[in-house]
Amino acid sequence: MDELLKILQTNALESRENLARMLACPVAEINERIAGFEKDGVIRGYQAILNEDKLGLDKVTAVIEVKVTPQREGGFDTIAERISRFPEVSSAYLMSGTYDLLLFVEGRTLREVASFVSERLSPLEGILSTSTHFMLKTYKRFGVLMRQDKSDERLSVSP
Amino acid sequence: MNASPSLRDFLNTTVRDIPRSGIRDFFDIVTTMKDVISLGIGEPDFDTPWHVRESAVFALERGVTHYTSNLGYLDLRVALAKYAAKAFGAEYKPDTEVLVTVGVSEALDLALRALLNPGDEVLYHEPCYVSYRATILFAHGVPVEVPTSAENGFRLTRAMLEARTTPRTKVLMLNFPNNPTGAVMSREDLEDIAAFIRERNLIVITDDIYGELTYDQPHTSLVSLPGMRDRAILLHGFSKAWAMTGFRLGYACGPAVLIDAMMKIHQYTMLCASSLSQKAALEALTRPEVDVTQMVDEYRRRRNFIASALGDMGLQCHRPLGAFYAFPSIAGLGVTSHEFAIRLLHEERVAVVPGTAFGACGEGFVRCAYATSMDNIKEAMLRMDRFVSKLRKAQGAGAPI
Ligand SMILES: Cc1ncc(COP(=O)(O)O)c(C=O)c1O
Repeated sequence: MDELLKILQTNALESRENLARMLACPVAEINERIAGFEKDGVIRGYQAILNEDKLGLDKVTAVIEVKVTPQREGGFDTIAERISRFPEVSSAYLMSGTYDLLLFVEGRTLREVASFVSERLSPLEGILSTSTHFMLKTYKRFGVLMRQDKSDERLSVSP
Repeated sequence: MNASPSLRDFLNTTVRDIPRSGIRDFFDIVTTMKDVISLGIGEPDFDTPWHVRESAVFALERGVTHYTSNLGYLDLRVALAKYAAKAFGAEYKPDTEVLVTVGVSEALDLALRALLNPGDEVLYHEPCYVSYRATILFAHGVPVEVPTSAENGFRLTRAMLEARTTPRTKVLMLNFPNNPTGAVMSREDLEDIAAFIRERNLIVITDDIYGELTYDQPHTSLVSLPGMRDRAILLHGFSKAWAMTGFRLGYACGPAVLIDAMMKIHQYTMLCASSLSQKAALEALTRPEVDVTQMVDEYRRRRNFIASALGDMGLQCHRPLGAFYAFPSIAGLGVTSHEFAIRLLHEERVAVVPGTAFGACGEGFVRCAYATSMDNIKEAMLRMDRFVSKLRKAQGAGAPI
């Protein structure tokens, strides 16, 4: 992957000056390349990675496996995009294996998610079945461990 | 009452007379202080790759807790020979030409002890790793330092060697990529050295522990040059590229006669390297192109950053091409390396190591290790910039008009 994207993917807040230093190129070039990535839709947004378990939110997340019939035109894309437009759906993927779509759905309560599945999702044309799992605890998100134990065991000066 | 003076008389005189490592003294000061950002650490800040740690746990569960063959597990030696061929460009027979050791440290000691008779001279280029001189002395050799300089990027030249060679010269030690300077040698640079080695009929100990950590060009090992493999002991290990310092695992490759002699000492003094570490090393060799490459990419970004930041504060620094050290010059600031390091520590809480810890010709330089997080490096560079400006101002104020 592009070196600049790699850095942004681990720290999107890195200053343009620092990025320029790390990649040994002018700041103007960094600005230009980032603007290019944004324009081309390679970079789709910048978000903080939260440890939500620490916030005690009224929020549940369900992981839903969905089987669908692909449409005659548009295959899986038409139905997947239709489902993705619901704001309750935070992520949606086309999968290989025993089901077709994997959804991450968020709601305030179990009930809210359940009613989304039964009233919104299941009735859609082309949905064959769904299987809903609720998430209990997060250990790692986007490559970041939720537990912070950043102790440096090293001696402070060594040869 | 005071028993120590008389007990000192019992000490071996060589051991007694060798000073403690300058790094050690510095470490003692740093540990008494809080909130220090250390650029003084000569080991990776990365965690050992998880699959490697997990394999050590699994080995422990399976009861891999016994002595191994003196040379090390055969499957590991097979993997090491394969790796050495790929990474260093020389072929070794796993059954007779590879010895697994307790870090490169032990391998270095074995190599010197296996080769030296009292009074034999060993050439080694300075600035260098702090152990070289002492290890030569412990092996009853005569250390002959060959100073290198910033003007030619701390590389070694034939002329430098010629100036220091005598009829008693037996061994040449090489360490590129270099600790503490970050210098590397190109194939052309090494060709000159190889010709010299051939003419003077020297044996070489080449410490290639930082071989994976080069940022602009791939590493060339001396052993890949014609004829060199047959008169060299190649030392390498897992401490640096795999961030496995605490595992204490290294190895030596060389002609069977030399490895066998080293093995004799190893057999009687060490028996074997840790069984668990050997299993972990075998696992580490399964996917270096993933683990090592990731770390190298990050080190390169840090190298770029630190080189640019040092340049911006007006410190001369030859471009660090390998290992994870920058070695900027602090000449012209009106302080010695030692004063610079001590004052930077007290006034800005940044630890660097005075160049003199690596040999007298390190005066005027400090070693900044970038084996620490980018955040630490950024903050350390800000603080160092402030400190350097202060020194400059004081210089200007005190300068004769
Ligand atoms: C040049 C050099 N050789 C050898 C070593 C020691 O390595 P090991 O951990 O394998 O004993 C170091 C460690 O800093 C080093 O810098």
